[in-house]
Amino acid sequence: MSISHQVASASDNTKPSTNSVIAGHLYELGVLLSLLLLCVVMTFLSSRFLTMDNLMNVASQAAVSAIVSIGMFLAILTAGIDLSVGSILALSTMMMGIACVKWGWNPYLSILVCLGTGSLLGFCNGIMLTKLRLPHPFISTLGMQKMARGIALVVTAATPISMFPQPIQFLGNDSVATVPVSFILVALLYIAMYLFLTRTTVGRHIYAVGGNKEASRLSGIKVHGILNLVYTISGFTAALAGLVLAGRVNAVYPLAGVDYETDAIAAVIIGGASFFGGVGSIGNTIIGVLLIAVLRNGLNLLNVDSAYQTFAIGAVIIIAVFVDVLRQQVMKSGK
Amino acid sequence: MGTNQLLLKVEGISKKFPGVQALSMVSLEANVGEVHAIAGENGAGKSTLIKILTGAHQPDSGTIFFDGHMLKDLTPRKAMQIGIACIYQELNLIPHLNVMENIFLGREIRRVESLGILNRAEMRTKATALLAELGLSIDPAARIGSLGVGQQQMVEICRAVWSNAKLIIMDEPTSSLSEKEAEDLFRIVAQVKARGVTVLFISHRLDEIKNNCDRITILRDGHSVAMVDVVDTSVDDIIKLMVGRDIKNKYPKIRARHQDVVLSVEGLNRKGILHDISFSLRAGEVLGFAGLVGSGRTETARAVTGADPIDSGRIMVFGKEVKIRSPKDSIDAGIAFLTEDRKEQGLILIQSVAFNSTMVKMEQYAKYGVLNLGAVRTATRKLARELQLKMAGIDMPVGKLSGGNQQKVVIAKWLLSKARIFIFDEPTRGIDVGAKVEVYKLINDLVEDGAGVIIICSEMDEVMGMADRILVMHEGRITAEFDQNEATQEKIMYAASDIQKAS
Repeated sequence: MSISHQVASASDNTKPSTNSVIAGHLYELGVLLSLLLLCVVMTFLSSRFLTMDNLMNVASQAAVSAIVSIGMFLAILTAGIDLSVGSILALSTMMMGIACVKWGWNPYLSILVCLGTGSLLGFCNGIMLTKLRLPHPFISTLGMQKMARGIALVVTAATPISMFPQPIQFLGNDSVATVPVSFILVALLYIAMYLFLTRTTVGRHIYAVGGNKEASRLSGIKVHGILNLVYTISGFTAALAGLVLAGRVNAVYPLAGVDYETDAIAAVIIGGASFFGGVGSIGNTIIGVLLIAVLRNGLNLLNVDSAYQTFAIGAVIIIAVFVDVLRQQVMKSGK
Repeated sequence: MGTNQLLLKVEGISKKFPGVQALSMVSLEANVGEVHAIAGENGAGKSTLIKILTGAHQPDSGTIFFDGHMLKDLTPRKAMQIGIACIYQELNLIPHLNVMENIFLGREIRRVESLGILNRAEMRTKATALLAELGLSIDPAARIGSLGVGQQQMVEICRAVWSNAKLIIMDEPTSSLSEKEAEDLFRIVAQVKARGVTVLFISHRLDEIKNNCDRITILRDGHSVAMVDVVDTSVDDIIKLMVGRDIKNKYPKIRARHQDVVLSVEGLNRKGILHDISFSLRAGEVLGFAGLVGSGRTETARAVTGADPIDSGRIMVFGKEVKIRSPKDSIDAGIAFLTEDRKEQGLILIQSVAFNSTMVKMEQYAKYGVLNLGAVRTATRKLARELQLKMAGIDMPVGKLSGGNQQKVVIAKWLLSKARIFIFDEPTRGIDVGAKVEVYKLINDLVEDGAGVIIICSEMDEVMGMADRILVMHEGRITAEFDQNEATQEKIMYAASDIQKAS
């Protein structure tokens, strides 16, 4: 029995953990490098890629997705999902359109109608999970996806509404000293969400609930309240994204936001959040959002048929989730 | 005792993981029909050795002889084929299938081999016969999920026997069993042994090893330090070999001064589960709950702490009645509940030591909901030092800590919640001898400091060694109360099985 062996066994626990921490950082670095690599490749493949016009275009398209992805990130962080974000976006903006254009309400009040509708629908998603005890948000938000879309189509007999006053166009269409307002909004939202998640008790409770619901409950955390909040925020961010979109195109239409949930899920998972819950950082979600946006833009510039684009996004989701599964295995076997 | 015919001989096995020499020059031998124990503290290398024997890991050097052949490049599949079966702590049965289907899973008897049509009648006959041979009264048609953990384990053993295993490795089989169930298990082990099967038995419960095994190989820090005959070795000797030093007193009990009643429970009822539970706890007192698994001890703790709803009853904390409807209410009243299942109910394994330690009443580190991260880290560091938590740093995920250190994080979490009443459900389950003593000392510190402590223990020794007063439960009722000095193992057993002692 030598001293050196005792030392070796004392460090037994520490070694694998540093390895898995490094593995986590390597993954984040990997996503960032993939984004850069994709940009470099695109620059070579298309002379139009690295132009100010195109980059601004990518960024303003990414802005809407970035805002939707905030809510999706929270849902996935709690080991859930929100499939209704696209439909909530459509219905919230339709309600705003009706209030503003058809009923002639004050534009600011109409904006409140939009955000209020989104939050309310999100809260309903939460209630279905916590009070009606539906087994998984996959079910409740899938139902909400269909219901909200249905109502959005019914309320205006499936026709778009356009011609909005300036206040409604502000977020999506204005600039402050050449910087689009939507970029500033995204930056502020991500910083605020980062601080909320890491520096507040409620934010830490969201991580706790995602990591282990029963342990959280027994530790005095109001799990149902946290879940209701998460889905309400997700509804709110979907509506806010809708407001930006409505401003940009100066119209609202009932089929807005179709498939937005797919891009958001892809962005969040690529950004390193785990489907198993409790793991992920909002900062990486924005990298995921940009990666998807550049991919879509690149395929457009190369005149790739949209059917192939759809295929590519699907493949990216599967690859990202597969990498997540691999990472979970590394974490487990690291013990 | 087994014959003297050698079945397994392991020589000079070494295994290195990045940064850790898990095993160095480990030797082990077991005869046909022997029950051979492997003992050692957590981290001594027991799991690595098992994984090598089942082919899950490859050794760096050394040889394994099994049944007269040298084993090379062992894989889990090959191990199974040559007759090495392993029963893990987490059982590998399928809850929705019945006993018979589980026994034959993967080795079904078919009517026509190539068509895969099952011969259920024959399987049923064989299963019934096998269960009877092993003296088990389990219905082969019962769904696995409806059986207790103990019976499920028996089914696993049947499965191993059916597969003609020559060596059955049992990794802490009794850790989740009551004493009664454990006794049944050892009866089956004796049956299996009589059929000439060798059993490698890993356990933290040394009295079990002492009572049921033939020889013991003791591992310490990756070395096999001794192989001894059980008959010539006392439990104290085993401990000495395991830890490399004397542990003078397994239960370093200090009786603190008992003060006012801090918790009193009156007429607690939960339909079909708890019946008219009343008891009180004083500051400075350790109150023990004894009884079989499922007798209502954990359920009482869950009801008192708001983890489960109650139908009727009053709970008074520090003399004032409190309405406890959720765990949050009991935490606010100053009650801490350290659950039996650390991984599922106590900790968030993927989160850091700091996160877990401060997750109860996180508001105390915050102003207007904004956390003071410095305060969180300072509080964690201070307590981690006091508890002598072994870790790479407070940002280390708790899932990577050993069982004893995980338990310390759970304790840290509740100490930081400023609770005054601590309910420990199986405080030392799955942690090694050295860490156990530390937990006991901590309980001493708590009562000396004027807290009230409740411990729920399946190990009779533990509850008699640590509790000032013992309540015994049976089928949801409190059936007896003993002072520490009047309690005997016998009295507790009678009360736990609710047999009125013939006088």
